[in-house]
Amino acid sequence: MKDDHNGVPRTVPVQSATFSNPVNAEIRRAAATGIYDIRGGGAKRKVPHFDDLLFLGASISRYPLEGYREKCETSVTLGTRFAKNPIQLDIPVTIAGMSFGALSGPAKEALGRGATLAGTSTTTGDGGMTEEERGHSNKLVYQYLPSRYGMNPDDLRRCDAIEIVVGQGAKPGGGGMLLGQKISDRVAEMRNLPKGIDQRSACRHPDWTGPDDLEIKILELREITNWEKPIYIKVGGARPYFDTTLAIKAGADVVVLDGMQGGTAATQDVFIEHVGQPILACIREAVRALQDMGMHREVQLVVSGGIRHGADVAKCMALGADAVAIGTAALIALGDNDPRWEAEYNELGTTAGAYDDWHEGRDPAGITTQDPDLMARFDPIEGGRRLNNYLKVMTLEAQTIARACGKNHLHNLEPEDLCALTMEAAAMAKIPLAGTDWYPGKPGTSY
Amino acid sequence: MQVFDLEAQGLRELNATLHAQSTDTNQTAWEIVNPKGSHAIAVGLDAPIEVNVKGSTGYYCAGMNKQATVHVHGSAGPGVAENMMSGTVVIEGDASQYAGATGNGGTLVIKGNASSRCGISMKGIDIIVHGNIGHMSAFMAQSGNLVVCGNAGDALGDSLYEARLFVRGSVKSLGADCVEKEMRPEHLTLLADLLERGGCDAKPEEFKRYGSARKLYNFNIDNAY
Repeated sequence: MKDDHNGVPRTVPVQSATFSNPVNAEIRRAAATGIYDIRGGGAKRKVPHFDDLLFLGASISRYPLEGYREKCETSVTLGTRFAKNPIQLDIPVTIAGMSFGALSGPAKEALGRGATLAGTSTTTGDGGMTEEERGHSNKLVYQYLPSRYGMNPDDLRRCDAIEIVVGQGAKPGGGGMLLGQKISDRVAEMRNLPKGIDQRSACRHPDWTGPDDLEIKILELREITNWEKPIYIKVGGARPYFDTTLAIKAGADVVVLDGMQGGTAATQDVFIEHVGQPILACIREAVRALQDMGMHREVQLVVSGGIRHGADVAKCMALGADAVAIGTAALIALGDNDPRWEAEYNELGTTAGAYDDWHEGRDPAGITTQDPDLMARFDPIEGGRRLNNYLKVMTLEAQTIARACGKNHLHNLEPEDLCALTMEAAAMAKIPLAGTDWYPGKPGTSY
Repeated sequence: MQVFDLEAQGLRELNATLHAQSTDTNQTAWEIVNPKGSHAIAVGLDAPIEVNVKGSTGYYCAGMNKQATVHVHGSAGPGVAENMMSGTVVIEGDASQYAGATGNGGTLVIKGNASSRCGISMKGIDIIVHGNIGHMSAFMAQSGNLVVCGNAGDALGDSLYEARLFVRGSVKSLGADCVEKEMRPEHLTLLADLLERGGCDAKPEEFKRYGSARKLYNFNIDNAY
């Protein structure tokens, strides 16, 4: 205990948990600039997540499979409901939509290379389809976004699936902004806008306004593409039961559900951190909607938002998803936020692992930029190799867990294979609290 | 002339048949009877054919059209000629919401009135409306030309980029960043061509031109509200 100069004891200084140093710094920054903070990435706050679930593994009542030898399938088929040509993937880990514009051309190429090597799909983003992405992606999902930047019927016909983006986890209900710093000649041409101006991506579609309209929009897209392409509907983690129900009703082949940890290229920090739900809270509600509609496994569920390794993949499968999508993790595998660039991150006022000003276009790793000098630092072949390695590791990890639970396919994992470490996770995932057979809200119980 | 009875033969067969027409097809004239307000009629066409629809259509008629001429002898539902790339679409009657939405090219002529959000997010299409247009038309319009021989509703050209808007009648209100601009000789020449292509007998000198003030082009907190 400190004392004053007269030797009288004084209380030690105490930092407020409410007005913490980061909070106070943001107040000072706002007061100095008059503008809210814009950044990339997903929610950084700690939320209930897959870390709060554990697998039980095998015991006398469950018979495990041999860890390295016995077959454990990982394939998944997406789009079996209506599409003539469903997508067949070797692994249930896909690459989420990220735009050319937000990412460089070589980065998009690397995502295609890595996904193709691993036997999975990658996804376009706002801004349209690039040749390097189509050329290096065996399976490419073409996003149909509110902005319709770059949208055209030729690309619609040469994609492998169409993803109608209603929302994303980082900002359900919000649009996007690609700031002028990243609007190169090529980006400007693809989006039919002048170079150097900020490009707003609308928050709602221009030519439909509700689920009844959406059903007709899907009819149009199917007619244009001869009913060949699976049609996904992507929603942010807002009201997963109702959104999934309406997506099924509108005619989706696949529902993509993105939790608040899912990344964005640029959005207000307040939006990212305070709107939407963690993916853990969304999956079981979406599965419930699928089951209530009699469509579980008939309409596939792809989930995303904070998926990092094979354990997360396996947990998503156990909760009822058919596949997952990764975005932020894929960028890290490519080299984003790598400590090798620490000195340059420091010059930008940040540090490796925390860099999120992707919208400024000064990414030292050359991934989230359109600056030719920075882009030249990134090798798309090496990036593709690294992504493939990472995807393989995720798959091997998920298989390891599935075998330990006695499952010969990742899709055979089930909620009964899990327990929850916290009350919150138990309630959100409807998984019994460890050591009990109970979770909050369990039917037939009082709480 | 190839006649297609939509009621008898169905939408899937119609679009598949029209998609099968190649650039050098000699079956260039098509007539669709009994459309009865069906959705997605003649969508995704990509051949220099002429399609006459004998009646009114539902949503998204001629959506994503390339090369073809689609003539609707009735009124059109929401989203007619949405995301059109090239070609011509003519509506003899009225058009519902979102006419010509996100269109990249080609010409859309509406001989009656167009409802709200006409030309929303247009990206190069030319739209000529003989009558009036509803509110929020040309919202976030990026490029192309919107000609309105009648009146425009509220919030015309809100958050406009580089599209040019020409209105002969009144404008109930302008949207954010949309302003009246000087009508210079090159605009009169452009407008005369558009009016001729749209079959309008109006005189270019009777119109006012509206465009972007370009104050929203780079994010400025003072413009947020």
